[in-house]
Amino acid sequence: MKIAVASGKGGTGKTTVAASLIHVWPDPVAAMDLDVEAPNLHLFLHPEEIGRCRAFMEIPEPDESRCTFCRKCSDICQFAAVKVLGEVLMVFPEMCHGCGGCLAVCPEGALRPGKRELGEIIWGTAGAAPFIMGRSRIGEAMSPPLMRQVKAHLSRIAPPQIDLIIDAPPGVSCPAVNAVMDADVIVLVTEPTPFGAFDLGLAFKAFAPLGKPMGVVVNRAGIGEDAVYRLCERQKIAVLAEIPYDRAIAEAYAEGRVVADAVPAVRGIVEALARQLQAMDRPAPKEVLHG
Amino acid sequence: MDEIVILSGKGGTGKTSLTAALAQVAQPAVICDLDVDAPDLHLLLAPQRLETHVFQSGHEAAIRPEDCTQCGICAQMCRYDAVIPAQAAPTIDPLHCEGCKVCVTFCPAGAIDWRPRTCGEWYHSRTRFGRMVHAQLYPAQENSGRLVALLRQQAQELARQQRIPLILSDGPPGIGCPVISSLSGASFAVIVTEPTPSGRHDLARIVDLCAHFKVPAGVVVNKYDLSAPRAEEIAADCAARGLALLGRLPYDPAVTAAMVARQTLTEFAPGGLGEQVGRIWQAVAARLGLPQAA
Repeated sequence: MKIAVASGKGGTGKTTVAASLIHVWPDPVAAMDLDVEAPNLHLFLHPEEIGRCRAFMEIPEPDESRCTFCRKCSDICQFAAVKVLGEVLMVFPEMCHGCGGCLAVCPEGALRPGKRELGEIIWGTAGAAPFIMGRSRIGEAMSPPLMRQVKAHLSRIAPPQIDLIIDAPPGVSCPAVNAVMDADVIVLVTEPTPFGAFDLGLAFKAFAPLGKPMGVVVNRAGIGEDAVYRLCERQKIAVLAEIPYDRAIAEAYAEGRVVADAVPAVRGIVEALARQLQAMDRPAPKEVLHG
Repeated sequence: MDEIVILSGKGGTGKTSLTAALAQVAQPAVICDLDVDAPDLHLLLAPQRLETHVFQSGHEAAIRPEDCTQCGICAQMCRYDAVIPAQAAPTIDPLHCEGCKVCVTFCPAGAIDWRPRTCGEWYHSRTRFGRMVHAQLYPAQENSGRLVALLRQQAQELARQQRIPLILSDGPPGIGCPVISSLSGASFAVIVTEPTPSGRHDLARIVDLCAHFKVPAGVVVNKYDLSAPRAEEIAADCAARGLALLGRLPYDPAVTAAMVARQTLTEFAPGGLGEQVGRIWQAVAARLGLPQAA
């Protein structure tokens, strides 16, 4: 099964929960960090690196000698990445979304396939777990293309039958949706604060259309207020685990430790969470009917 | 006019709590929430909306099944796997559709509609510390960079009209599209970090991004007392890169208590955390040579 650990609000403890789940997971499991803008899982799992490669996206490269300035390329481009200004053909590589429309539409071959570096893919092993992450290039605006390549690369480093824990980026827009869309179960990590509750509400709205089972982990339980719990009740989404507010947990994290190892009480909580998640991975109702 | 943006790389380091408190001490300023994806500043500043606008950006494709000949060209050409095969006619998954128009252009039957996409709302509001420009992207939408650019443009116009010399913006986490849109051309970035491996790692990434866009930056270490060795590492990193340490804040449950009370740190704890925010603001104002500097 594939589990995505996500959140609306950043800094609620996604990486803490993902790293802890990896360490207590009862079955063979792989780890994938899809927060390519700010990847942190490796700082806690300390994977031994096996390889890395640079990732690219296809973008157009202009050949002005062939251009007849017909503007078909600039007409199709929705991202202002190709422009024809009078008798000048210009490509703005950082604006390109890599759709290939201009390359397909140009009748003169005046745009050739070139490439833009998205970042790098790094893989290795964390203990017994295959590990993979992406790290975007500084200045690269788009995360989803690199995330797609990291996901595609996973099949080369981990057998398909083993479980997978995904550390997702914060927020509820395209990168976050991209990180959770292939998961079987989405775990939303939040905190019992006004910010935590508001952003959890956004996450429910963003991820509900995916139709996947969701559960909530309340981190720093005991601080703040109970709005998060009322929200979960209203939305009928189960609170799967509560990790108590404890300075010792924050200090263990600050020292780079996996809190399930550092704090015995947390280990028990995360082990129980793992059992619940495994129980949530049931076949979809449609398959049951046909079976 | 100066534009200060609060950033962090890593989420949850305290950008919004700091921005709200700075909004109080930095008056007069136009306040702006550039985290259009998961905006939280409004929870502390309780803005009264003066204007609400719909944000439309880009388009999305939709196949008309009655005109589709099932030739498969759209699925072949789509680089985002947005075309989902189905018995009657394929459909377009809006979550995958990038809005590139390739399928619309190349469909030989002309069976694909091209509809403007409504991505969110943006607002002009009034708060107890002055005017605020903010937005809410609809969940799971994209084009947040364009919405960020629009908000900055609105804030700049408002500041010019009202002769306010400063725009103070709460930024999004990460270092991607909306952050680049928040940062490029800003006067100064206040980077909030924490003494943890993640905080330090992501600080280096956002500092690199500021350097890439040639925006001067300074650093605030939040929760500085969580780990003395990590806090020292961060101070050393800053010194090595010639970055100003603007100040620090302790790991203090009062930050959460202030949030629950819907108050800024300066309102909730004027003598403690509030005083420290005041010193951070003095450090920022001095760097920019603002008249508010003591």
